[in-house]
Amino acid sequence: MAPPSADLKLLGSWASSYTHRVQLALKLKGLAFEYAEEDLAEKSPSLLLHNPIYKKVPVLLHRGRPVLESVIILHYLDETWPDVPLMPGDPYDRALARFWCHIVDDKLGPAVGAVFASPSEGQAAAVEQVHENLRLVERELRDGAFAGRRFFGGDKIGVLDVVLGCGSYWLAVFEEVMEVKLVDPEAFPLFHSWLRDFEEQEEVKAIIPAIDRLLEYARGVRQMMLGLSSQQQ
Amino acid sequence: MASAAGEVRLIGAWPSPFVLRPRVALNLKGVEYEFLQEKFGEKSELLLRSNPVYKKIPVLLHHDKPVCESMIIVEYVDEVWATTGQAILPADPYERALHRFWAVYVDDKWFPSMFGIAKAETEEAKAESAEQAWAGLKLLEEAFEKLSKGKTFFGGDTIGYVDIALGAYLGWAKVIEQMTGLKLLDEEKTPLLAVWAERFCAHEAVKEVMPETEKLMEFAKMRLGK
Repeated sequence: MAPPSADLKLLGSWASSYTHRVQLALKLKGLAFEYAEEDLAEKSPSLLLHNPIYKKVPVLLHRGRPVLESVIILHYLDETWPDVPLMPGDPYDRALARFWCHIVDDKLGPAVGAVFASPSEGQAAAVEQVHENLRLVERELRDGAFAGRRFFGGDKIGVLDVVLGCGSYWLAVFEEVMEVKLVDPEAFPLFHSWLRDFEEQEEVKAIIPAIDRLLEYARGVRQMMLGLSSQQQ
Repeated sequence: MASAAGEVRLIGAWPSPFVLRPRVALNLKGVEYEFLQEKFGEKSELLLRSNPVYKKIPVLLHHDKPVCESMIIVEYVDEVWATTGQAILPADPYERALHRFWAVYVDDKWFPSMFGIAKAETEEAKAESAEQAWAGLKLLEEAFEKLSKGKTFFGGDTIGYVDIALGAYLGWAKVIEQMTGLKLLDEEKTPLLAVWAERFCAHEAVKEVMPETEKLMEFAKMRLGK
């Protein structure tokens, strides 16, 4: 039986991990929604109307009203549809989840992006930055706030799994495209097993695009970036 | 509601707008806390231990457990002391999303433009940053109109999440105004925010912890070595 209509529409982009976060959250909560793929090279009037400041995806429209910023959308979904909660119940655990979501977007994401954007000279330093950030996560999983857990959310996926997980598949993609080792299972055993378990989840498999598509996309972007930088020389 | 001595401690420094935020939140809730002032140019062992990832203030220690990042601390305070004082975030999920959005905007977009004025090396750069800052304030003026619904604060009758996020920068905004002769909160450009700024700074929960402009000016000169 189809879930009742919640009057939800998501403006997103198929290769955007921020969009995937919202799609995954909607799927975990069993919420039906209409999806509209945005051409980021030619943004729709709807996107520009609803997100005039940042002009970015994802944009969630609930009863026509926009909710912006992926993590804010996740909070909104959790507060409006509290079944299958993404956030933990305890205030301290919630603060920790928020803090680590912040670290993902503030440190880890940009570090991974920097590897992808780096010319060959800068690559080693960019890779080291990623490793440094992965060490932070590994340490929390080993003997910090998330020690002993299968997922950051506990036995089930929570907000931090969604935020970190939707994006971590780029690690494997960039490893191949850039020919670098980002996640050595021996150096980061807990992160590695967490990611594997995350990617095995049915809902996650349904959301994350096929690796070939991601590879093709990444190769295309990399070519373009290198093409641009060689023009600048 | 008082808390047992030692139960709530805040690691911070008086000039920091980020530190101001949890202080206002704790004051709004009537929570007693110990303020641990960091020494300038020297990070304490406690800070390094409590926030190893960023090594930055503010850090709230609640029963010795650290909470980091100013607006995360504000939300934590709101949740832990939910039954005392006033709510900082509104109850409605959509309103909450709006408050969160504007708080992010203040830090990601508006603050850099304000700071850009201070850092600007040429008159041109200064003017450009000022234009950006004013443009941002115009957006915040609209947001204020929408969120306040005719009342005093973004949070309505009481100080809310966006008030804290934006209000924290008012001390430094005044310093920049004095240093550059530019009026940031201009009654003509953003009349509602100009009034709001006065009300925010005059509020019980804010006035004791908002640093005085002269002291901040002295501090700024010392830091800039001028």
